[in-house]
Amino acid sequence: MAEEKKVYTRTKGIIEGAVSGFCPGCMHSTIHKIIGEAAEELGQLDNLVRVEGVGCCGLGQFYVTCDETIAAHGRAGAVATGIKRSSPNSLVYTYQGDGDLAAIGLAETLSAANRGENFTVIFVNNGIYGMTGGQMAPTTLVGMKSTTTPGGRDPQEHGYPMHMSEIINQLTAPYYIERVSCDTPQNVIKARNAIKKAFKYQLEGKGYSIVEIVTSCPTNWGLDPLKSLDFLREKMFAEYPLGVFRDGGEKKQ
Amino acid sequence: MAERVFMKGTEAIAEAAVRAGCRFFAGYPITPQNEIPEYMARRLPEVGGSFVQGESEVASVNMLYGAASTGIRAMSSSSSCGISLYSEGVSYCASARIPMVYVNVQRGGPGIGAIQPAQQDYLQATKASGNGGFRMIVLAPDSVQECVDMVYEAYDLAERDQNPVLVLTDGVMGTMMEPVVLPPMKTDEELAACRAKFADRAIVGHPLGQQAYCRPGSVGDGQEKVNIEAAAMYETWDKDIRVEEYMMDDAEIVFAAYGISARISRAVIRQLRAEGIKAGMIRPITLSPFPYDSFRNLDFDRVKGIIDVEMSIPAQMRWDVDYAVQGRCPVHEVLRSGGQLLTNDQVLKGAKEFIKEVL
Repeated sequence: MAEEKKVYTRTKGIIEGAVSGFCPGCMHSTIHKIIGEAAEELGQLDNLVRVEGVGCCGLGQFYVTCDETIAAHGRAGAVATGIKRSSPNSLVYTYQGDGDLAAIGLAETLSAANRGENFTVIFVNNGIYGMTGGQMAPTTLVGMKSTTTPGGRDPQEHGYPMHMSEIINQLTAPYYIERVSCDTPQNVIKARNAIKKAFKYQLEGKGYSIVEIVTSCPTNWGLDPLKSLDFLREKMFAEYPLGVFRDGGEKKQ
Repeated sequence: MAERVFMKGTEAIAEAAVRAGCRFFAGYPITPQNEIPEYMARRLPEVGGSFVQGESEVASVNMLYGAASTGIRAMSSSSSCGISLYSEGVSYCASARIPMVYVNVQRGGPGIGAIQPAQQDYLQATKASGNGGFRMIVLAPDSVQECVDMVYEAYDLAERDQNPVLVLTDGVMGTMMEPVVLPPMKTDEELAACRAKFADRAIVGHPLGQQAYCRPGSVGDGQEKVNIEAAAMYETWDKDIRVEEYMMDDAEIVFAAYGISARISRAVIRQLRAEGIKAGMIRPITLSPFPYDSFRNLDFDRVKGIIDVEMSIPAQMRWDVDYAVQGRCPVHEVLRSGGQLLTNDQVLKGAKEFIKEVL
């Protein structure tokens, strides 16, 4: 009888048998999976602390196996600062959406990045408020309809999309900044590698790392999952190009 | 190991916290409490702690929430309009049952108010320090020594109840210097023992299957259960009520005052006693839980009136005094606010006018 070798299994970072509760076509569940895989591959599941933002991110609280603090809306950067400085050996990450990180939490986000706090930010950017039903986010594309921009985002009235990775890249302290997506198997692998790299840097004490994941929101974009992938690639990637903005571990000469 | 030193209130508060085991402090500059973060910035690194100057009060209180959720002793401090911004974090700590300790060195209000001392945050401190109707123990020192003792003890109360504790002082106490006996430095072993009690709740990473949560909210009937448990905990606080009854054995005129107003009233009472007027004082030391029984059980055949002395206009503690007295004797007010200090002369004059009416 041929020897069977297990090549893939569900990560222990997700509660056995738990159902995520995210909408069909949403990438949050994939992101939870790859965070679990990255931490598991680093042998850190017992040492992992998640600081959860408010919004669809909050649905993850009944889904992951690690220690977890729910931050007030936007405050994950501050809460993670308190946790990491009080428990420096824990592997700490925040999990935040665009409303949480770029609107209500802008001060906490930029200040933690500017201090070079030694934790990791997983920033899920889908250009809209999901949990509250599709309002405009700082990252909403120009012309994109939302419940609070029924005629589409008008730069004259609402300004332009905010590019958080680029903004954070203006600061000196952050060590690692990368923007990825999860629209294809290849990109999922890239995203997992980026998260794993960010975690590794944190464990080495290198300082602040952020992985921005550009995703879709079929429910609030009003598109079916496949059409939202088209929109993601055509429109979102044009506004939010994927790539490494800074990698302190690969400094150019 | 007691050590008697001459210290400013704010710095004494900071040193007391360090001696109680505080190893994390986050705060934002605001007068008149700046010496607390400044002292912590110097002192915490000496004991292996961490100081962060937050980007705002909102960030600072949420850093405190995070730090305290890991089980270490942490602190933050601010003043009045800054404390308004703490509402979010305090409410989160109350809901998630995180033992946070913080200090309000009160200044004039409302709004940005004035940087000088006041007592204008009484109702906020005792009734609604954030959304959701939670309660917390509020300690009101009337000397630098009490500031020290209360901050030192606040951690034990906060950890016992897994609930926020506020030390409510004011700009007078914060900026004046007095001799104080500093408590002993808690040893690493003592602190480790405190931490061990809550190790299963500490948000630091746990083996699979032993996940620790810090949840300031819940779905289904979870939040109501949390609220029912918290309400049952508040019901145990009768034993924690602290009150000073000063010259009350034969008092016909009763001053009601806390903090700096109580100190001024005490001096006035001595002057009145020298003139043959039987005056005394009920000084709530815990503003929450409030010593209602001290007022409720007064001998109203003997007591002719109560003088409520506060650095707040309109009066705030008077709500609690009235609630206990229920109109059984007249209540007179002597007040200043907006950073204007009460003087002995003003309190004496106000008291004498009232005494002329009721005696």
